[in-house]
Amino acid sequence: MMIEQLLDQEQESIVDVEKLSVTFGSQEVLKDITLRIPPGQTLALLGESGCGKTVLMKSIIGLVKPTVGTIEFDGENINQLTERQLSRMRLRYGFIFQNAALFDSMTIGQNVAFPLRQHGRFSDNQIREMVLSRLSEVGLPDSVVFKKPAELSGGMRKRVGLARALIMNPELIMYDEPTTGLDPIMSDVINELILRTRSRNPVTSIVVTHDMHTARKVADRVVMLIPRQRLDPGENQVIFDGSVKELETCRDRRVQQFVNGEAGERLMEMRANGHDQ
Amino acid sequence: MYPWGAPQYRRARRLCTNLMSIVAPNNSKPRLTTRITGWFTEWVLDWGELVISSCIALGDFCLFILSTFRWMFSRFPKGETLWPNFYQVGVSSLPVVALTGTFIGVVLALQSSSQLGHYGLTNQLGGVINLTLVRELGPVLAATMLAGRVGSAMAAELGTMRVTEQIDALSAMGADPIHYLVVPRFLACLLFIPTLTIMADFMGVAGGYFYSNIWLNIDQHYYWTNSAKFVNNFDLFTGILKSLFFGSAISLISCYQGFNCKPGAEGVGKAATSSFVFAFIVILILDLSLGLSLKALYESWYPGGTY
Ligand SMILES: Nc1ncnc2c1ncn2[C@@H]1O[C@H](COP(=O)(O)OP(=O)(O)O)[C@@H](O)[C@H]1O
Ligand SMILES: [Mg+2]
Repeated sequence: MMIEQLLDQEQESIVDVEKLSVTFGSQEVLKDITLRIPPGQTLALLGESGCGKTVLMKSIIGLVKPTVGTIEFDGENINQLTERQLSRMRLRYGFIFQNAALFDSMTIGQNVAFPLRQHGRFSDNQIREMVLSRLSEVGLPDSVVFKKPAELSGGMRKRVGLARALIMNPELIMYDEPTTGLDPIMSDVINELILRTRSRNPVTSIVVTHDMHTARKVADRVVMLIPRQRLDPGENQVIFDGSVKELETCRDRRVQQFVNGEAGERLMEMRANGHDQ
Repeated sequence: MYPWGAPQYRRARRLCTNLMSIVAPNNSKPRLTTRITGWFTEWVLDWGELVISSCIALGDFCLFILSTFRWMFSRFPKGETLWPNFYQVGVSSLPVVALTGTFIGVVLALQSSSQLGHYGLTNQLGGVINLTLVRELGPVLAATMLAGRVGSAMAAELGTMRVTEQIDALSAMGADPIHYLVVPRFLACLLFIPTLTIMADFMGVAGGYFYSNIWLNIDQHYYWTNSAKFVNNFDLFTGILKSLFFGSAISLISCYQGFNCKPGAEGVGKAATSSFVFAFIVILILDLSLGLSLKALYESWYPGGTY
């Protein structure tokens, strides 16, 4: 009993989103989101496109300022940090962007080395070694180092993005739709990489995905968001929060539609609402 | 998909429907006078909305400038970000600036010679051409070419980086986008626009001279003595000082447009075009206001001298 209580207290969260709302102009994208993520967890964030998953992740690393609410990372409110503190804090994050967001004026090698050059005081030799070992971890040959991002396929770019995000050994890794637009085999390669990263280091991960296969394979916990327009009045935007098993058996119609990939009456609904996500 | 740009369309549509309802009133609508007051209220509201959004944009631009200066003085950018920009502005832009300068010199000689010829003042030609070039045309043309060649390219490049989340990626990896992208471009424009201006001046002077001397057979001696009489150091200083303002304006406007680029290829195209249009307008406004202030300055320094 005592031990359990102690354990409970130990189980504090590394990411703590409190009553977050984000509004762009007149469009309210996120409203009243509360989310606590304990260290070491892999969380899959589901939801149809346009519901604000990317905005939520960008708020967590401080790229989008919350309109209302607070975001804490490891006990610090990131919106009260100075530029310099924030930039040091960002060493602890790794963000894999939806379309990789590699710098296209730089070679792959320079891209992967970017965080090292930005923060670390490493010698050129150390940097070269670290870049090559990261690239081989994600299954890319040494020959890509001198290529430009435009010369690579989508799957390769995603993996370069992964290598770049992992090179500083972050504590929190965020994957924005890591498997979208990839063939099934490449998708599973990415899933394997996510799993392998987690087994190697005790990292916390957030994986945004539409892909139930990815969610089933990598997630300890699933959170599902729903677009603001589809909410019933007074309902929270997080319509599901639980394990993958619970997701499969969840009775909510909208959750089931997503899990089974059925449009149902959604098309009619979209036309009725006149929103074009 | 994104809600941007909606106010303009809304405004236009509302204007049309209101005009229609006045021109062709339909009986179910309230009386004409009510309709006109309603229309007037909406018109005022629309203008209010426009004024407010412009103020917000202007304030945002000022913050952008402030933050650029803060970063410039707090941490100097790395060489690897500076050199490519220096090269783009200082080296790649030289040929086109030189070409423009030459042609403007020749055209200026061509036009002024016939004008001055009417009054029998052809000997003064050198003074007129060179004064115009050094004070006005050199700096303004160099700046215009820079805004067209480099400014819109900057806006398009940064716009693409915004749209493809590369700017977010910079922040996410702990690099400040303003420090990393804007400061080097600003410095490149600020440091190298004087050389471009001098190039334009020089080529213009040379073009004008060759045309006058070879084509019009104007006496070399008079050409140069008159030039020396008309053009003094203050004029050269005026031109260079103006160009510094132009260069800063071009880089800041282009970078701002790129940073606030709307999504998609359309957004990038718009950022490039509007960066040139805004930069050009600002160049003209700065040119006039600096011209007026420098004239006042000159007259207070050298009372009795003619500017
Ligand atoms: N910087 C921004 N400015 C204005 N609107 C934005 C911005 N970023 C995202 N949005 C809007 O927020 C909504 C959610 O976007 P996003 O988080 O990208 O969705 P997704 O869940 O597909 O990742 C979209 O409708 C988009 O129009
Ligand atoms: Mg997204």
